[in-house]
Amino acid sequence: MSRNLILGAALSSLVVLAALVSFVWTPYDYAALNIPDKLQPPNAQHWFGTDHFGRDMFSMIMVGARTSIAVALVAVGIGMALGVPLGLAAAARKGSWLDEVIMRGNDLVFAFPSLVIAILITAVFGAGAINAIIAIGIFNIPVFARITRGAALSLWEREFILAARVSGKGAARISAEHILPNVANLLIVQGTIQFSLGILAEAGLSYVGLGAQPPTPSWGRMLADAQTMVSFAPHLALIPGLAIIVTVLGLNLLGDGLRDWLDPRIRVARA
Amino acid sequence: MTKQMFRSFASALAVGASLFATQALAKSDITIAMQLEPPHLDPTSAAAQAIDSVVYTNIFEGLTRFMGDGSVVPGLAESWEISEDGTVYTFKLHDGVTFHDGTTMDAEDVKFSLDRATAEDSANAQKALFAGIESVEVMGPLTVKVTLSAPNGNFLFNLAWGDAVIVAPESIENIKTNPVGTGAFTFGEWVQGDSITLNRNPDYWGEQPALETATFKFISDPTAAFAAMMAEDVDVFDNFPAPENLPQFEADPRFQVLVGSTEGETILSTNNKQPPFDDIRVRQAVAHAIDRQAIIDGAMFGYGTPIGTHFAPHNPAYVDLTGKSAYDPKKAAQLLADAGYEKGLETTLHLPPPSYARRGGEIVAAQLAEVGIQAEIINVEWAQWLESVFKGKDFGLTIVSHTEPMDIGIYARPDYYFQYDSVDFQTLMNTLNETTDPDERKKLLGEAQRLISNDYVNGYLFQLAKLGVARAGVQGLWKNAPTAAIDLTEISWSE
Repeated sequence: MSRNLILGAALSSLVVLAALVSFVWTPYDYAALNIPDKLQPPNAQHWFGTDHFGRDMFSMIMVGARTSIAVALVAVGIGMALGVPLGLAAAARKGSWLDEVIMRGNDLVFAFPSLVIAILITAVFGAGAINAIIAIGIFNIPVFARITRGAALSLWEREFILAARVSGKGAARISAEHILPNVANLLIVQGTIQFSLGILAEAGLSYVGLGAQPPTPSWGRMLADAQTMVSFAPHLALIPGLAIIVTVLGLNLLGDGLRDWLDPRIRVARA
Repeated sequence: MTKQMFRSFASALAVGASLFATQALAKSDITIAMQLEPPHLDPTSAAAQAIDSVVYTNIFEGLTRFMGDGSVVPGLAESWEISEDGTVYTFKLHDGVTFHDGTTMDAEDVKFSLDRATAEDSANAQKALFAGIESVEVMGPLTVKVTLSAPNGNFLFNLAWGDAVIVAPESIENIKTNPVGTGAFTFGEWVQGDSITLNRNPDYWGEQPALETATFKFISDPTAAFAAMMAEDVDVFDNFPAPENLPQFEADPRFQVLVGSTEGETILSTNNKQPPFDDIRVRQAVAHAIDRQAIIDGAMFGYGTPIGTHFAPHNPAYVDLTGKSAYDPKKAAQLLADAGYEKGLETTLHLPPPSYARRGGEIVAAQLAEVGIQAEIINVEWAQWLESVFKGKDFGLTIVSHTEPMDIGIYARPDYYFQYDSVDFQTLMNTLNETTDPDERKKLLGEAQRLISNDYVNGYLFQLAKLGVARAGVQGLWKNAPTAAIDLTEISWSE
């Protein structure tokens, strides 16, 4: 296993662990205001300090991880659940009108600047975590559709698929039983990358006030709230900023590492 | 170079340097930042405060005007006589006043302006100010007689509002983009989304102001506001949007901070017609669930005065009723239980953009949650707020600052967005409007404050502070904001 993979997995699992632990335990109630204790720098009682309402930043970061992961996970889930079948169908019917419709539709979605459209969607249908998930999810569909189609197309030329066709299996069954397992590696790697992009997108939407609404903590909104106070309470911006960096870096390293690790050619070379 | 030549060269340099120095000292332009850009420049057809901030006393003047201390003094009216029964006002206008387009300001213009405001199809945002006017008659070129249907002790105060300024029929058509008034400054240029420039009016009838030009710059983002002030891109910030940054300005010798009062009662507006808030016990529970000091400290970094009713604490008629709704979460929970909400209740909390609302709202929601009221926070832009809350009345709770001076009268309007419908209060307001005796008025105002406080119409939070920040050399700024205005006529740069 490569260093990237280990470091990426360590950072990512740290964040996931923080999110999971926050369900059962946080040092303080993340929503409890304690105004007399506001704007404390990191110290023994409050490891990450307190924010402008005296809330414990460590607890907020933990619960914020939950928000980020939930939004990104569901968004990637939407992208995979819709994008992968579309990609498989397009590959199975290569060159047909179905292929054209699916792929041109994907091009259409791809052509829009994703964050701008996400802002539009949340502005029209109301700000909130659910709409943010949908907005980010929609833009994950073409990513997965394309990657699936591309990989599936080359598989369709292979002998074992030919064998399956000769034995009388239909296109849908071949896609599910033979194509999908062989593109799964790619999808996992891409999923990790999309997951980190989803976290960034959620932070971006929350930063402009369109993500999860208060009192649900969100790293992006913590950054936005910190803006006017950076000059005298830098930890307010540094800590959520670092949380985003650690998560995105971890996921990218993990994605890179997984690709190397799962790639059969490299695996063969290693063996 | 001969010695002679050198000397004259040196003295020329010295003269040049001193010229430069005097120029630098006698600075006659100023850049004033404000948060919101006005939608247009007609103060007589919109409620937007930003319009008045730019045009009030600068471009447009009324018969009377507010001073920085809140007093009402003669404006375009030199003097007036009030009839014995208090219903007829005869105004004597200043002689030699011209509008910026050169036309004279006379009694006809006053009649035109007041008739326009009282007309059936008037677009005036404060029609109530003129409601008592029965007729306006021109008695001579500089004499106007205004007859009221009943005595109104507030009439001269009402005429000082930005909504009551004198406009001319010749220039009314383009007033929104090219305002023509009688003030000490003329409209220069409006760069949409950026700034408005005003220039000194050389033909002004009154004293010439010290400033030659003034630029109003619109900076809505608090971070950008801080940066612009720190970089000295702007000389004054009328009302600084981020109270947390004030200590830094105070510590910096380049700046002065002017903390004053506004007419902004910041309230947790409650939809009195929508269940569960149609039940007074629920409204009382909300009132007792709120810790005002925590909101002032947390949202405004300590700037603001707690209020217990809809009235400005610096007004002599103010009654301190904060005790009626003291922070008492136990009592709040009990009241909720009495009203049948033992298990708590759910509602919405609409928050417009200013930090008093957004931050205050987070604190209010947390405090309400303590007693079992789950208020879902919905952040809205101003346009959305006006549409769904103010006009649509589709809300449970909202936080907003009512910045009009002496606006307790809004509680007498049952169709106003918080929908308080009390015959007692409406009768009281009618009596107040017909009362001219100052002591009697003060008593009635006290009663009005008690009445809305006893009915727990809204959650009364705090009086908004005016947080002015300016370069150290700027003089003559209003510390308080008795009305929305940035009076340029008094502003100058010190040596």
